Amino acid sequence: MTAALRVAHPRPYAPDAEITIRGLRKTFAGSPVYEGFDLDVPKGAVVSVFGPNGCGKSTLINMVSGLMPHDGGQILFSGKTIAQTRLAYVFQNYREALFPWLRAIENIRYPLRLMGLPKHEQDRRIERLLATMEVRFDLSRYPYELSGGQQQTVSIMRALVVEPEVLFLDEPFSALDYEMTLAMRDRLQRVFMETGVTMMLVSHDLEEAIYMADRILLLTRRPTRIAAYLDFSAPRPRSAETLTDPAFVALKREALEIFQREVRA
Amino acid sequence: MTARLARLGSALTPLAGVVVLLALWQLLHLSGAVDALLLPAPEAMMRALWNGFVTGPMAFDFLQTVWRTTLAFGIAAVIGIPTGIVLGASPQLYRSVEFVVDFFRSTPASAMFPLFLVLFGVGDEAKIYVASFGALLVILFNVAYGVMNARKTRILAARSMGASPARIMRDVIFWESLPQTFIGLRNGVSLALVIIIVAEMFIGSSDGLGHRLIEAQMLFRMPTMYAAIFAAGALGYGLNWLFALLERRVVHWGGR
Ligand SMILES: Nc1ncnc2c1ncn2[C@@H]1O[C@H](COP(=O)(O)OP(=O)(O)OP(=O)(O)O)[C@@H](O)[C@H]1O
Ligand SMILES: [Mg+2]
Repeated sequence: MTAALRVAHPRPYAPDAEITIRGLRKTFAGSPVYEGFDLDVPKGAVVSVFGPNGCGKSTLINMVSGLMPHDGGQILFSGKTIAQTRLAYVFQNYREALFPWLRAIENIRYPLRLMGLPKHEQDRRIERLLATMEVRFDLSRYPYELSGGQQQTVSIMRALVVEPEVLFLDEPFSALDYEMTLAMRDRLQRVFMETGVTMMLVSHDLEEAIYMADRILLLTRRPTRIAAYLDFSAPRPRSAETLTDPAFVALKREALEIFQREVRA
Repeated sequence: MTARLARLGSALTPLAGVVVLLALWQLLHLSGAVDALLLPAPEAMMRALWNGFVTGPMAFDFLQTVWRTTLAFGIAAVIGIPTGIVLGASPQLYRSVEFVVDFFRSTPASAMFPLFLVLFGVGDEAKIYVASFGALLVILFNVAYGVMNARKTRILAARSMGASPARIMRDVIFWESLPQTFIGLRNGVSLALVIIIVAEMFIGSSDGLGHRLIEAQMLFRMPTMYAAIFAAGALGYGLNWLFALLERRVVHWGGR
């Protein structure tokens, strides 16, 4: 890093960060959402993003993932640009994110086709992914023939098949029932343990946010600041016992206090 | 047994209306309330239809009308679909032509007959082009509309996977607009048929269902006239059915 940059942005660049955000600015219709926002996302960590409705959680990961332009500041991926980094994104609304004219398996194959991989290489990658995901439904069906959980599984597989360095998920389970949500959390956790992919996960469920995360990012109301950036280092695989673990309960209480203070403020 | 009867019954239900219509027609004919010359028996119409198709010129007329409609529709689709996609992809471009498209879409195509006659003479061209013109605007409008209303999430999803704008167009927006495109195609082919039949009636024609209709009327051959009306109706219905079938095949995800 040049000295000039360090002067402009007093917070130093963390060497082990996968994503480095400095001085991020975003304004909607004249009212700022982010002003001089700094954040480090450690490499190979799961960062949960939690905050009040409309505080800009989706906006944050959309800007970081390049789906939405930002008005100022820098977003760097281990020093690389966004174009040099393999990213993948899982949308909240799987019904509107999958391609209903393609069979499930072709949906999963689509990003590999975009990458221009030869057919046998595509097949090899899909096989490898199928082995870790333990899919028990017919992937030759069309998305509208699958249940909500199966559809979201397909869209997560579509994101994972490119073997991304960073995976963004915006409330991926919010349209699923509770049982399905539990199953999907564990499936995602297994993927994380096997691949070590860096994840940014937006969740509106504090318990889920902590359960999944290594770091929990608590955001304030607009203009959005970091209320707290908590650590949760319970060993993986985590399970139902984790939820009653004293460390978990204590952290959840702390997060809730911070959240209530910030929302009331 | 009863289940079988029930199934047979439900298969025959749609025919009930036809039977009632024919019965009413027959009754009206027998009652003498309407001059038998104006309203022949249904059986006379069917005989005229049979004779017209087997020995008379009606099969040829029918095929001529089908051919003209197909040509007109084909031209409209080949021009309308790509143009609609281009217009829909660029909201600014679309807004700049929106008024013109809407205006001519609302103009009765029959009002364009004189212009097309002047431009193309009284031959088949004028008929086909005027029908193309009407169908084109309907198709173009619907395709553009479908493209403009493509689901944003799917476009974002493709972009997040690194798809270029051209790939997004081909792999996402084209498919997203298909349901609306089919609405345009179905309305377009119906309109083309209407215009072709009217054109065959009034723009110097020596064949086609429209011509047969008007000729039968002038010669006061009422059974033939009813037969031609029926043939035109069957053609319109058949085209609609064909497109509905095609739509269910192609847009299998529609409405789900
Ligand atoms: N395209 C836009 N134009 C104007 N304002 C916008 C736009 N997108 C988002 N906003 C505003 O920016 C703020 C942040 O939106 P965002 O969707 O990121 O919130 P969020 O934290 O994801 O909310 P939720 O919990 O409801 O998902 C909201 O107040 C929203 O109204
Ligand atoms: Mg959101």
